[in-house]
Amino acid sequence: MLIDWLAIAPEIALTVTALLVLLADLNLRGQAKQLVAGVAAVGTVVALVFTLILWGDERSTFGGTFVVNEYAVVFKVLFLGSLLAILGISWRFFAEGRYFQGEYYFLLLTSFIGMIIMPSARDLLLLFVALETVSIPAFIMAGMRKRSLYSSEAAMKFFLIGVLSVALMLFGMSIVYGFTGTTYLPDIAASIAALGTVDPLLAAAIMLVIVGFGFKISAVPFHFWAPDTYSGSPLPVAAMLAVASKAAGFAGLLAIAFIAFEPVAELWAPVLGVIAIVTMTLGNLVALQQRDLIRLLAYSSVAQAGYMLIPFGLARSGAAQVNDAAVQAVLFYLIAYAVMNIGAFGVAIAVHRRTGMRSISDYAGLASKSPLMAMAMTTFLLSLGGAPPTVGLWAKFAIVQAALTDVTGFAILLMVFLVINSVIAFFYYLKVVKTMWMDSAPEGLPALQPGFNLSLVVFVLLVGTVLLGVLPGLVSDATSLTGLAVG
Amino acid sequence: MDPNTAGWALVVALFLPLVGAGALAMMPSSMDRQIRRAAVVITGVAFALVAVITASFDFSRSGELQFTTDASWISAIDARFELGMDGISLPLFFLTYLLTFLCAIYTTKHLPSPGKPKAFLALMLLLQTGMAGTFVAFDLVLFFIFWELVLVPMFFMIGMWGGPRRDYASVKFFLYTLFGSIFMLIAFLAIYFTAGANTWSIQALSEMAPFGSTTFQTWAFLGMFLGFAIKVPMWPFHTWLPDAHTEAPTVGSVLLAGVLLKMGTYGFVRIALPILPEGAVRFAPLIGVLAVIGIVYGALCCLAQTDVKRLIAFSSVGHMGFVMLGIAAMNEAGIQAALFGNIAHGIITGMLFFLAGSLHERYHTREIAVIGGGMLKKIPRYGVLLTYVAVASLGLPGLAGFWGEFTAMWAAISPGLGLADQYAGLYLGLVVFAAIGTVLTAGYFLWLLQRVNLGDPPERWVNEQLDDVMTIEWVTWLPLLLLILALGIFPVLVFGVQDAAVTNLMGYLGG
Repeated sequence: MLIDWLAIAPEIALTVTALLVLLADLNLRGQAKQLVAGVAAVGTVVALVFTLILWGDERSTFGGTFVVNEYAVVFKVLFLGSLLAILGISWRFFAEGRYFQGEYYFLLLTSFIGMIIMPSARDLLLLFVALETVSIPAFIMAGMRKRSLYSSEAAMKFFLIGVLSVALMLFGMSIVYGFTGTTYLPDIAASIAALGTVDPLLAAAIMLVIVGFGFKISAVPFHFWAPDTYSGSPLPVAAMLAVASKAAGFAGLLAIAFIAFEPVAELWAPVLGVIAIVTMTLGNLVALQQRDLIRLLAYSSVAQAGYMLIPFGLARSGAAQVNDAAVQAVLFYLIAYAVMNIGAFGVAIAVHRRTGMRSISDYAGLASKSPLMAMAMTTFLLSLGGAPPTVGLWAKFAIVQAALTDVTGFAILLMVFLVINSVIAFFYYLKVVKTMWMDSAPEGLPALQPGFNLSLVVFVLLVGTVLLGVLPGLVSDATSLTGLAVG
Repeated sequence: MDPNTAGWALVVALFLPLVGAGALAMMPSSMDRQIRRAAVVITGVAFALVAVITASFDFSRSGELQFTTDASWISAIDARFELGMDGISLPLFFLTYLLTFLCAIYTTKHLPSPGKPKAFLALMLLLQTGMAGTFVAFDLVLFFIFWELVLVPMFFMIGMWGGPRRDYASVKFFLYTLFGSIFMLIAFLAIYFTAGANTWSIQALSEMAPFGSTTFQTWAFLGMFLGFAIKVPMWPFHTWLPDAHTEAPTVGSVLLAGVLLKMGTYGFVRIALPILPEGAVRFAPLIGVLAVIGIVYGALCCLAQTDVKRLIAFSSVGHMGFVMLGIAAMNEAGIQAALFGNIAHGIITGMLFFLAGSLHERYHTREIAVIGGGMLKKIPRYGVLLTYVAVASLGLPGLAGFWGEFTAMWAAISPGLGLADQYAGLYLGLVVFAAIGTVLTAGYFLWLLQRVNLGDPPERWVNEQLDDVMTIEWVTWLPLLLLILALGIFPVLVFGVQDAAVTNLMGYLGG
């Protein structure tokens, strides 16, 4: 079997970088160890360049189970961009925290290898491998603050639940294989369509697979690990889990739902729709009660997952226009979400560095001490809420647009919940904004010293949030792809 | 300037404040005086440009769009950057720049704690772009962006420079308005898909109307109604307004009353009516009833207020009720009345909030009982101004407030678009109650004047040193005071400009 090397060049580049990082960490001593961060960043840029070269190409290899198309490339750019940003906000955190830097960067890169495989995978097995490659390094990273009980608890919870969900998913996949006799996603679709009626056992298997991804994207009721894990993990890891890992889950879920199980969309769409409603509502209501900023962001990210599930609830088998609109909405939302949420975590890391705390009241008077950081945080939070002129507005817009492509009663119900939840969400985002600008700062606190890398990342993300808020076309042109099902 | 080709002038006028806000943000905070002067220069130049635009506006073709710009913006969703102005936009656009300019002048001397003129003025300029953009955007998506853009600066203005209950008021303002505007956005999207023409252009959609089933028209209108009615605000969606107005700093209140509320009525006239004429006709009686409830309820609330500023805030509910009554009449005179009432209320109530702000700076209270009367003796010029503006607000003929209210009631007696056949009795009843409302309005304003202006100043103020109207206040207020008189004597100044545009609008409505 001939392998299309260019198609897998980004993955190879990242793998080589990961190994280099590991080698460098073994051989370098003392301060020189900090070079690994640079190596990781350079490798990521190389992978990114390879990915961009692939833009516009249609390639497939490994017998069609690994495809590169515009859809996959958009996802890969999203992941690699996130990786660069996370590297930027990690550096100082790990350099100062006396953590295990080499291991951290190796694990981070490995996890991202899994992520960039995910949108290309067209086979249940490859999807599974990709998902595990994302998860297993993440389990270790969550527990990196070895001396902290919370970190150990975070890793333990994350691990147990991650393993449980994967087991469920594998179980489901095996039953699907039993019914269809294939693991190749387009063939599964054809087989299921040929079956005509859906056996209850097959329906249950489909649900199991979807539930497996439900854990990954922290949808209610599979979300309860997320707040504990986010707040216990090192902050850059929390950012990675909240954004990149979640996006990977969505990439897998999109492939499973819209390719393999597209013929039975009537079966899973209502289920995911209801999960969307419950997820956003519960996420927002619980977020209202939070006093710890990281937990607030965690519950907000649960709610955001709920918004991103709305388009899944709209899916209908055979309705290409609706399904395309749904996929585009999810894709655009994920990009917007990555920009604004990593930004918010970046500012949280900067504030954390000063006080070692992360209660919302620590943000009091941030505006008077560090106006630029406060302005950036304000923009990110308003964007998460969906206020103009930020990219968050267009993310919500894309969802509403998808819902109204072909209106159904259920779509209207979903919209009503979206509206109510958007308003609730502003309540707690504004609470933080108010604390930063309108409460007076405690005496004697120094200004933030976020460091160059983190400032640069936050600045770039801030510009991105506003620029995409004014010209969403820069991204929406790339995400307005049709025909995900082209295997 | 040629109004057919000079689209750039409008773009420059629109984004000059935004650029100015950026420039102010760059200045070091220590340059307090220079920042305040820079803001005056920026708003002054913007106002001058708008004055030139107004002067070169072709009034003989005020029904057509002038100073248009139409550029590709977000091609994926067919949204375009479409700007323009006609006779309906022009007065509101002009008012926005005038009021912001005056507010900038006012801020050179007066700024509530905690100071920070840089942040305050930058937010005000950001607000200006949002407000002005709403009146000249002719693409629904662009309109929505400008519409939402005003929320954030106003939230901060109330939240940072507001009164004691600013936290509550600012969040309530934000969430309430946001709630309505998301429904509005959904209505916009529904219109886009139902029209099926791949356009968000307000002009194009108005020309296509009516489209879609009656059910669609009703639901889409309901969505827009929620968005616009909350902004106006109509009873029973008004509860954010007294809180926001009372807590906001003077400049915030002036801009809220003077411009922000107008965005709601403008939205009805510009978007909801022409694009959804069937929905509009179905909703008209409801709008009329809510409007009149607002008039009477607002007046009754005013009678019960003890705080001057809160009283003025509730008076807005009543006055905007008259504006909505004009819209509910669904005929040319009604729309004219509504738009005139818009402008008149913007000038008069904006002025009243300036006066309330100055009152607070002198007495350090706004409680009527504490002030206790005698202002005509203690600070006579101020007292006279308050009397003048209050009687303008209660609708005295010869001043600006009269024409909007009178014409609205006159128009509502014979509503258009077939409403007269079905609802003649209802509309007559509405006019009767609106008339009772005018009496109550006169009542509470005269009672207010009696309590604060007449009599002798109470003991505690007799020996207090209170300044009469200061130079900076004369400079700020004089244009508004003159406009109140000018529009009262020559209402044609506004009616004439709007005439052709309103005729066009009625064409879309099929009347």
